[in-house]
Amino acid sequence: MVHRKGPAYDRALAQEFRRRPYGRHSPALQHLLNTFRLNAGKPSYVLVCRQPGREWLLATLGEHRGDPITIVDNQVFHTREEAEWMRFRLRWKAATGEDPETY
Amino acid sequence: MTAPPLPDWARTTIIGYSDRISVKAGERIDFKVSCEDDAPAFRAGILRVICGDHHPDGPGLKLEPVEVSMAGEYPACRQPIHAGSCVVVPGTPDLGALPGFTVLALIWPTLPDRGPQAILSQWLDETGCGFMLHIDTRGHLAATLGDGQGSCETVRSRHVLEPRTWYLVAATYDCTTNVIQLHKERLYAWPGALTRDCVTAVTSTPIGCPRVPMVIAGNCLSAEVPGQLIGAHFNGKIDSPRLAKCPLDRLEMNLMLREPLDAEIEHCVLAAWDFSRGIQSDSVTDISPNNHHGVTVNLPARAMTGHNWTGEIMDWQAAPEQYGAIHFHEDDLYDAGWATSFTLDVPVDLRSGIYAARVETQSGRDHIPFVVRPRSGRPTADVCFLFSSATYMAYANSHKNVDAPTGREFECGSMLELRTHDLFLNAHREYGYSTYDTHRDGSGVCYTSRLRPILDMRPDSHVGQDARWNFTADTHITDWLEVGDYTYDVITDEDLHDEGLALISPYRVLISGTHPEYTSLAMWRALSTYRDLGGRLMYLGGNGFYWRVAYHPDLPGVLEVRRAENGPRGWAAEPGEYYHSFTGEYGGLWRYLGRPPQALVGVGFSAAGFDVSSYYRRQPGSFDQRARFIFEGIGDEELIGDFGAAGGGAAGWEIDIHDDRLQAPPNTLVVASSENHSNAYVTTPEDPEGCFLPLDGVQDPKARADMVFFECPNGGAVFSTGSIAWGPALSYNGYNNNVSRITRNVLDRFLDPSSF
Repeated sequence: MVHRKGPAYDRALAQEFRRRPYGRHSPALQHLLNTFRLNAGKPSYVLVCRQPGREWLLATLGEHRGDPITIVDNQVFHTREEAEWMRFRLRWKAATGEDPETY
Repeated sequence: MTAPPLPDWARTTIIGYSDRISVKAGERIDFKVSCEDDAPAFRAGILRVICGDHHPDGPGLKLEPVEVSMAGEYPACRQPIHAGSCVVVPGTPDLGALPGFTVLALIWPTLPDRGPQAILSQWLDETGCGFMLHIDTRGHLAATLGDGQGSCETVRSRHVLEPRTWYLVAATYDCTTNVIQLHKERLYAWPGALTRDCVTAVTSTPIGCPRVPMVIAGNCLSAEVPGQLIGAHFNGKIDSPRLAKCPLDRLEMNLMLREPLDAEIEHCVLAAWDFSRGIQSDSVTDISPNNHHGVTVNLPARAMTGHNWTGEIMDWQAAPEQYGAIHFHEDDLYDAGWATSFTLDVPVDLRSGIYAARVETQSGRDHIPFVVRPRSGRPTADVCFLFSSATYMAYANSHKNVDAPTGREFECGSMLELRTHDLFLNAHREYGYSTYDTHRDGSGVCYTSRLRPILDMRPDSHVGQDARWNFTADTHITDWLEVGDYTYDVITDEDLHDEGLALISPYRVLISGTHPEYTSLAMWRALSTYRDLGGRLMYLGGNGFYWRVAYHPDLPGVLEVRRAENGPRGWAAEPGEYYHSFTGEYGGLWRYLGRPPQALVGVGFSAAGFDVSSYYRRQPGSFDQRARFIFEGIGDEELIGDFGAAGGGAAGWEIDIHDDRLQAPPNTLVVASSENHSNAYVTTPEDPEGCFLPLDGVQDPKARADMVFFECPNGGAVFSTGSIAWGPALSYNGYNNNVSRITRNVLDRFLDPSSF
């Protein structure tokens, strides 16, 4: 589970992820991402690429193997980073009840 | 479960495959196409694939039309795939015409709660005619008999079958009394666990004669194509199935299971199938005098431990009698068996290279890749590119993104990115799996075929977050060769396996793909001998020459991977099942077979991560006089490949290190090494040093790529980059970059016949 240390700490982690969703992370952010990934819960969010390198949509995997994949809505992401931030927000909100966009 | 239908852009509507992956100029190749949206016709043409990656950061798709007479419009149809393995035995007598009978088998069901699953049947499902020993929809052992006139009866065991437990199961029938007896018995008794579960019933339904073959692990769905359209596939192992022409008691059943057949019982035996015979083939042997031999359909797994495996024997060839089981799966697939849609007579003057048949309708398009190799004994260039068909097959139709998303997300360090083909494969499990996947029952997929559409061996195919992987990434190398005006031939792994050294010995330089991970013994021998006889080998990839594969000696287009011992692998072979069924060879990593990749190319797989790539820094070896030619035009402190279309660097995805403990040639020069990899990179599990946390790419010094060079006997040499991302970095900045320069320096020197 996510162990929280206060608003400033939360804000720093969220901002670090938003700045750099890929590549080297601080140990604290890496720990948080590991925790998110191990406790991802359902639904499991993935991206579906509509135009390589240009357009992605959010989708959810089914609960069981072979269940249909559902394209969530028509929100189109034009960079992967935007999509990563959206999914980070969803996971953060599921864990804490708060939207890191507001930090 | 229902879900909203996919939007049109996400649907796959046309799809195909070819009968061959490699064809010589002047030969024929057949293409098989299915239109999923019932389009009346499709257009077909042939393209030369220069670059198969249309990502905006790369060179872009480069597919050049080829003028061929077959180009044009063809009638379309939907062609189904019938997955699921079984054994079909033609010519057995009609059970309904016998005064009585016994069917008997030892089974190890893996999904008993996912019935109905036939164990042994002579049953026509469309009319409900015949007899079938099976698992019902609730997991009970059952025997069903039907007259084909609408009357059908089923007798069930009282208790359900437990998964992954060996049972003796049998049904006896006496037509003089209409008594049917069902036996279900655990082979190993445990206190408190139900051992025997036997049911006797009197039936009123006569058994009809469906005129269909006996089927083990399935039943016949249709009389139109008897033995070809099979349903109710069994999941799990079946061992020693037997058929007798009279009802047997329990002691007589024991006699039936003996081998050789007991003289006391032989007179009533109709068939006794021994799956331990002909393990390397698709034949099934009846050891009774009646010769009711069968054939496997869709390659169920053989060389599987049987009910009597002691754990003391690991090689099926040493004690075949302990390997009398076949593991059947409802989702096994060998040959999709589609009708040919069109044929290409390859023009005799078509130059060697990677090609694709483009097939398209108004709603969709597919590309079916194949290789045109030079005619026998007539190489057309000094450079040969080795098309990694074994790797493409090992990864064919991977479901890891959708079936194992947690692990994949750790590997990728990012959200998983699906393409339309992932959506299609998720919904169409009958297209079969990769050797990284598991069957529905959780057992590993050890066979993979190219006689089916392989949706991730396509221009723009990908795994994970980035399109530059395997086929797509490899075309960055062919693109670079074309841009550099290098003439080259292309051959496939399959060609190299079949023809060995003779095929490559005429070439001065052999260039690998970005990820030549899967290698047969014949391929390994050819490459090492080529190298030692003066050949020059450019290994422009990562995670190469890592797993052993076995091609089938007779069946085309299929290979086997046994995930033995260790390595990042998706699933692990069960104890006692480490030897390939196709060849009898011990499976697993070449490292554990005495041939680590370092012994061939100086480096071997060390770490993988799929978020961002990194760069190389020159090492002292690069300043050695022997290696100066590699770095001509490169600054002493210059970072190499701090750019690229695969993760922004030339060192990434899967990376290799030099290790002189692993037989790297003693004269190997480490000329550059990568650094500064991300958390997503984790080292391979082959070097366990204790029970502590694995380190990631930030902390572990082994998470790096080493670039190496060494000379070989007779004037040969090897240059290795140890990184999948090297190829996709070649085109950066209009090909004017230090990755391209180093590659050119090496290739030009390797083409120079003067000895090293």
